[in-house]
Amino acid sequence: MMVVDVIFYAFAAVTALAAIGVVSSRNQVHSVLLLILTFFSTAALFVLLEAEFLAALLVMVYMGAVAVLFLFVVMMLDMELNELKEQAINHLPLGLAVGGVILLEFVVVLSHSHALPAAASSIPNTLAIGRSLYTQHLYPFELASLILLVALVGAVVLTLRERKSGAKRQNISQQIARSRSEAVELVHRKPGEGA
Amino acid sequence: MTELNLFIQNQGLALLGPQWWPLVWTLVWTLIKIILLITPVMILVSYYTLAERKVIGYMQVRYGPNRAGFWGILQPFADAIKLFCKETLIPQGAKRAVFFLAPALTLVPALLMWAVIPFSPELILADINVGILYVLAISSIGVYGVLMSGWSSNSRFAFLGSMRSAGQMISYEVSLGFTLVPVILLSGSLSLKDIVEAQREVWHVIPLLPMFVIYFISGVAETNRSPFDLPEAEAELVAGYFTDYSGMSFGLFFLGEYANMILISFLGSLLFLGGWMPPIGLLSFIPGIIWLALKAGFLMFVFLWIRATFPRYRYDQLMRLGWKVFLPISLTWVFLTAVGLHLFGKV
Repeated sequence: MMVVDVIFYAFAAVTALAAIGVVSSRNQVHSVLLLILTFFSTAALFVLLEAEFLAALLVMVYMGAVAVLFLFVVMMLDMELNELKEQAINHLPLGLAVGGVILLEFVVVLSHSHALPAAASSIPNTLAIGRSLYTQHLYPFELASLILLVALVGAVVLTLRERKSGAKRQNISQQIARSRSEAVELVHRKPGEGA
Repeated sequence: MTELNLFIQNQGLALLGPQWWPLVWTLVWTLIKIILLITPVMILVSYYTLAERKVIGYMQVRYGPNRAGFWGILQPFADAIKLFCKETLIPQGAKRAVFFLAPALTLVPALLMWAVIPFSPELILADINVGILYVLAISSIGVYGVLMSGWSSNSRFAFLGSMRSAGQMISYEVSLGFTLVPVILLSGSLSLKDIVEAQREVWHVIPLLPMFVIYFISGVAETNRSPFDLPEAEAELVAGYFTDYSGMSFGLFFLGEYANMILISFLGSLLFLGGWMPPIGLLSFIPGIIWLALKAGFLMFVFLWIRATFPRYRYDQLMRLGWKVFLPISLTWVFLTAVGLHLFGKV
């Protein structure tokens, strides 16, 4: 048995068990934490496939950003599990439909896939991905970034609210521009006279 | 050395057979290398805590610790023994598994990042071609220790502290990431070794001075250090996310924070200050690792200097600085660097 095999089976087992834990855990925060573990061990599997760039991106984007937001939201919510359970039956048809579609897609893809060619070792995979994105797939790539930009602006617009008039706000540049002559006034008073 | 190696190999083969011995040997050898890297880092961390107390002591016209051993030299060990002997308390209603996982998840990423740090062209544990991305990726895991500790303590102080600190770490990670893009553009590589080699003529700090300043300030904020130590703002939040930790589980948070500070210093000197390159060619008789240690040591001193000098930021000011000042500047600089490289024909 090769060292790589041992490592692969270890990470594959962790991935599978954590994924099962995500859907079976009774505590929502534990579910999200297990989801994060799934992301991480998947990234480790990418490293074993010599796709270091993808692995780093997976950890940075999904663990570093997406899952943190999940965790924020889930930690803030105070969900009652029994209530959720009662409503779960209502969502069953939708859940089954989505799961069925995904399963079908997997079957179609896996049955039509042939053995993947070994990664070309002459150029690093970062370079290969960059070339492919900016030449072959330039238009879809630019379109995706445009959609993300729209989503970004949309999020800002949704959360932007005008403060009520009269609310105090700090104006940093105004504060910095203040000089001593505006801020300090020296007053000489004789003792016993008062201000 | 080769004789010893041969002896071990033969003994191992005789003991475990050709099927299992290579597997066991690979694992054992990797473990030995990891220990050889982690031990100096941990010693550095413990003496960095002493250096902090001494430096800040002298800046405030007092002596700092001077009882344990000559010049307080045994103070880190005294602290460690104290932390080990303390009782580990678990708050009522705490989620035990997550509660004890959180400090480990703070320390482990801080140590994992050291794997790709090159100390000289040869002295590097894992020379991977996406070294800088690896560091960014692993550093983004650090936020989970903070979030998990705050949630699992079942305490409002801890929860508020962890929310603040997570927001802060995510915000400054963005600008920290963008300051590294011009460095990558100038070096044309993601490997830390190649980035240092690209600075043979000119250190990156000269064309990228604003980026270096933003990198360092973001690094201070990323490690939750003063003046950005809001999560542990003791006047309002007791001790932030580790309010309910005691003994060694508190010690792990502490070690993680200091290991991160040292890492930011080493990374800063590798990315911007030329790593193991001497400042002028005349001084190249001094070994490169000493140059690297000097540069990192200077940055580590600046961490302490800042702490002794500046008052704490307010939370909204901190967010404003990260998103409205650092992010636009670093984005603009990425653009300018790319345009400059294009105009002067380097790409």
